[in-house]
Amino acid sequence: MSTARAAAILLEKELRLEFRTRELLNATIIFALVVVVLFSFSFDPTSAESRRIGPGLLWIAFLFSGSLMLHPSFGREQANQTLDALRMAPISPFALLLGKMLANFLFLSAAEIVLVPVFAVLYNVSVLAVAGRFAVVLILGTLGLCATGTVLSAIAAHARMRELLLPLLLLPILTPLLIAAVEATASLLAPQPGLERGWLALLAGFDIVFLTASWLLSDFLLEE
Amino acid sequence: MKARIPLTVLAAGLMSVAGYAALFIAPDERTMHEIQRIFYFHLGCWSAMFTALTITFVANIGWLLTRRPQWDWLSVSGAEVGVASCTAGLITGVLWGKPAWGIWWTWDARLTTCFVLWLLYVSYLILRGLIEDPGRRATLSAVFGIFAFLDAPLVYVSNRLWRTQHPAPVLLGGANSGLDPTMGKVLMISVSAMLAMMLIVLADRYRLERLRHELDELRVAGETQPRELVSALAKAPRN
Repeated sequence: MSTARAAAILLEKELRLEFRTRELLNATIIFALVVVVLFSFSFDPTSAESRRIGPGLLWIAFLFSGSLMLHPSFGREQANQTLDALRMAPISPFALLLGKMLANFLFLSAAEIVLVPVFAVLYNVSVLAVAGRFAVVLILGTLGLCATGTVLSAIAAHARMRELLLPLLLLPILTPLLIAAVEATASLLAPQPGLERGWLALLAGFDIVFLTASWLLSDFLLEE
Repeated sequence: MKARIPLTVLAAGLMSVAGYAALFIAPDERTMHEIQRIFYFHLGCWSAMFTALTITFVANIGWLLTRRPQWDWLSVSGAEVGVASCTAGLITGVLWGKPAWGIWWTWDARLTTCFVLWLLYVSYLILRGLIEDPGRRATLSAVFGIFAFLDAPLVYVSNRLWRTQHPAPVLLGGANSGLDPTMGKVLMISVSAMLAMMLIVLADRYRLERLRHELDELRVAGETQPRELVSALAKAPRN
């Protein structure tokens, strides 16, 4: 079976699992909302101040909720040893990883689609005029977050204290992604919106480096 | 391991010479005067850290490709010594920053990168402590170690790009431009002294890891083998 086909089947399995309960998506959206609301108490949310702090706030909310949301990706497979069953399937380990990455990407993107308008309303920033370019930043950023996060979720699933371990491993790795995504978002929310290519290139570079590394290391990551 | 004692004496000698040279032989720096002398130690810490972390990276790949436990012992030793050198480098940097720049810390590209590296490798060591099975611990931590090492240049580039767009508050003064020849020599001595010390600590840490491994094997043997065989194993000569 080709890697793409196997990944598509696994993606379907993840989506079906999620839409039966919808617990992961609901909890992620509400958690990110809690972060966004709590941040409003830490500074004076006027329009100018929101433009300055808003991008960082938004991405910190995505990173935190992502690092919590990614844990069940492999953690959930531990309960009934279903990961062993998946490993026994005649598919490449990368297909398994890719299916989960794509599922996490879709979940986090869905959460972002809900959160960005809420954020725009609460903090009085206009995103509609730059929606297309903002979507590119969101897609590149979310892709990098989910690619690294899924791999680290597979690592953390085998350790003790795994819920705490995943953010600990993931958040420092995401430093370059956070900087690039925040700066790109800030340039879009500025009074004269513009998007600097350097940040997009850095985001794309991050995605390429870690997707390639995941592909090369997936055999080791998922071996028994 | 017979070379251990002479090598340790050599490194200690080199350290003393480096300390003396940095304090008394190196010429006075024009603007920073005496405080600049911490630089010889400071740069040594960073060279030790980069060497140790590169050793860890190579050892991580070595383990994944060969599965020889020696690579795993080497990677944990490198990471621990690297974190220690990084801590020393950060502390000497902060001590130097206050009198030279007027502030303890600035979010400059180099400082931030080293700080993030410190966080990454401390997480690496924490991860190792939380996985029971030795084989799985070695493999999974090797994957994380490779991720961490790949992340370092990205962290540097992102900070560089970020800080050059805003006016940087203070940048490290041109250490490479017009360095006094005596300063260069003292610098070389101190860097090689720090590297020698790092390598000796690393070798000792490696030895400790090997002994732990042997002890574990004996324990397992003690649970499954007859008593006579275990005592014979324990007495067996080893290099």
